[in-house]
Amino acid sequence: MSAGRAVAEAGAEARPRIVAALIRITGDWTLAEDCAQEALALALERWPRDGVPANPGGWLMTVARNRAIDVLRRATVERRKLEELARLSPAPEAAAGEGVVDDRLRLIFTCCHPALPLEARVALTLRTIAGVPTGDIARAFLVTESTMTRRLTRAKTRIADAGIPYRVPAGAALTERLPGVLAVLYLLFTRGYDADGEPAFAEEAIRLARLLDRLMPGDPEIRALLALFLLQHSRRAARRDDAGELRTLDRQDRSRWDHAAIAEALALLPATGGQYALQARIAACHVRDPADWPAIAALYDELARLLPSPVVALNRAVAHGYAHGPDAGLVLLAEARAGGALDGYPYAVAAEADLTARAGRADRAVVLFEQAAAAAHSEPERRALLARAEELTAR
Amino acid sequence: MKYMMFVCTDTEPEADESQVPDIHAWVAENDAAGRRLQGNELASPAAATTVRVRGGELLLSDGPFAETKEVIVGFDILECADLDEAIEIARAHPMAWNGRVELRPFA
Repeated sequence: MSAGRAVAEAGAEARPRIVAALIRITGDWTLAEDCAQEALALALERWPRDGVPANPGGWLMTVARNRAIDVLRRATVERRKLEELARLSPAPEAAAGEGVVDDRLRLIFTCCHPALPLEARVALTLRTIAGVPTGDIARAFLVTESTMTRRLTRAKTRIADAGIPYRVPAGAALTERLPGVLAVLYLLFTRGYDADGEPAFAEEAIRLARLLDRLMPGDPEIRALLALFLLQHSRRAARRDDAGELRTLDRQDRSRWDHAAIAEALALLPATGGQYALQARIAACHVRDPADWPAIAALYDELARLLPSPVVALNRAVAHGYAHGPDAGLVLLAEARAGGALDGYPYAVAAEADLTARAGRADRAVVLFEQAAAAAHSEPERRALLARAEELTAR
Repeated sequence: MKYMMFVCTDTEPEADESQVPDIHAWVAENDAAGRRLQGNELASPAAATTVRVRGGELLLSDGPFAETKEVIVGFDILECADLDEAIEIARAHPMAWNGRVELRPFA
C-alpha cells in the first residue's frame, strides 16, 4: 500500500475518534479539527520517507494530542485539561473500548442536535466527522466558501453559547433524537446520489451509517438505512453509459452493479420497520431480475400511509403503473398531482409521459416528454427525455 | 448555565387542552429542584412603556416596541446543566403546549 493511501485510510478511520476525543476534553471544536488536520499533514510528509508506522491510527492520535497539549500549554489553560490530554490513549486500536466508541457517537449526536438548523447539521457532520474540506461542502450547498465558513463558525459558536451538550442522550431522548441523526445521514446521501451530486458525500453517508450501526448494533432503522444506501449506491456505475448518457433502471447494464454491496444490503434488510426499512425493501425489489412490481406497489402503499408526501405519491403511481397497467398508474398520478404540490416538478411530467407511452398513446406521450425535457434540472436528464420522444416519433 | 425562558402566546396553538400540563405543578417541581430561580407573569403589552433616548431627549411611547400578534406573557429564569435540561423543563410548561416558549442563554 502506498504511503498516501495509508494516510487516507488511517485518516478516515482515526480522524473522527481524534476530533471527538479532543472536543470532549478541550471543548474547542476548531482546535480539535486543526490538530487532527495537522497530524494528517505530518503523516503525508513523514510516512513516504520513514515508512507507515505499525499502528497508523495511534501515531496520528499521538501527534494530534501532543499538538493540542502544545497549543493549550501556551494558552495556559487549566491543569485538568492538560492532564486529561496527556492521559489520552495514543493507540485507538488498543483502546477501542467503550470510551472511544462513546466519543464518536457523542460527536455525531452533537452535530445533529435538533436545536441547530438542518443545513448546519449536515455541514457540521461533513466537516467535523468526515473531515470534508469546507470548499467542497460549500459547492454542494451552492454557496461561497466564505459563506460556508461563516455558517460553520456560527454553528460551533451556537453549540457553545446555547449550551448544546456534548453527549449521547439517554433513554427516551435517544429514541427521539435518533431519527434526526438518520435524517442528516439521509440528506447527506441524497446530496451525493443526485445526478449532479458529489459521490463522495454518498460514500461518507455510507461510512457514517456503518459507524452508527457498529456503535448502536441491532437498531433496525440504522440497519435499514445502511441497506438502503448500499442498494442505491450499488448502481452508481450503471447510471450512465459510456457516452455519459443517463440510463433508467430497466435499461442499465446489470453487470456494472456492485453485487457485493447488494449482497451485504440484502443480508442487513429488516423484514419490518419504519420508512427506511420500507424504502430499503423497495430498493431490494428493484435489484431483482425481473423487478417484482406488484410487491413494489404494495410497499409504496405502505410508505404512502407512513410518509404522505407528494414525491412518495408520485413514485407510488409509477409503481402501480408497472404492476397493474399504465391506466391504473395514471389515475393515481392524477390524485398525487391534485393538490398542486407537484406543479412544475419535471419528474411528475416525465412519469405521465412514460405511463402515457406505455398506454399506447404515442402522440400525447411525445408532447409530454418534450414538456418534461424543457423543465429538466440537468442536461443529461433533458437529453434522456428527448431521446424517449424521438424513439416514439420514429416508430 | 442560566437561561431566560420567555413564555409567549402563539396565534395558532392547536393544543389538546386535556394534555396541557398544570402550571402550579410545574412551578412547584422546578422551584423545589432549584432549577427555577425566578419567574412571573407579565401584564398585557398594552401596559408596556417603551423608553428611548434620542439626541439626549427622552422619548416614551406606550405599548411594546414591535407590533406583533404573539406576545411575551411571562418569564422564568432557569439554572440548568445544558440546553437539553432546559428543553426538558420547557417542554413540561403548559405554554409550550398552547403557546411558545423561547430559551435564551445568559451571555
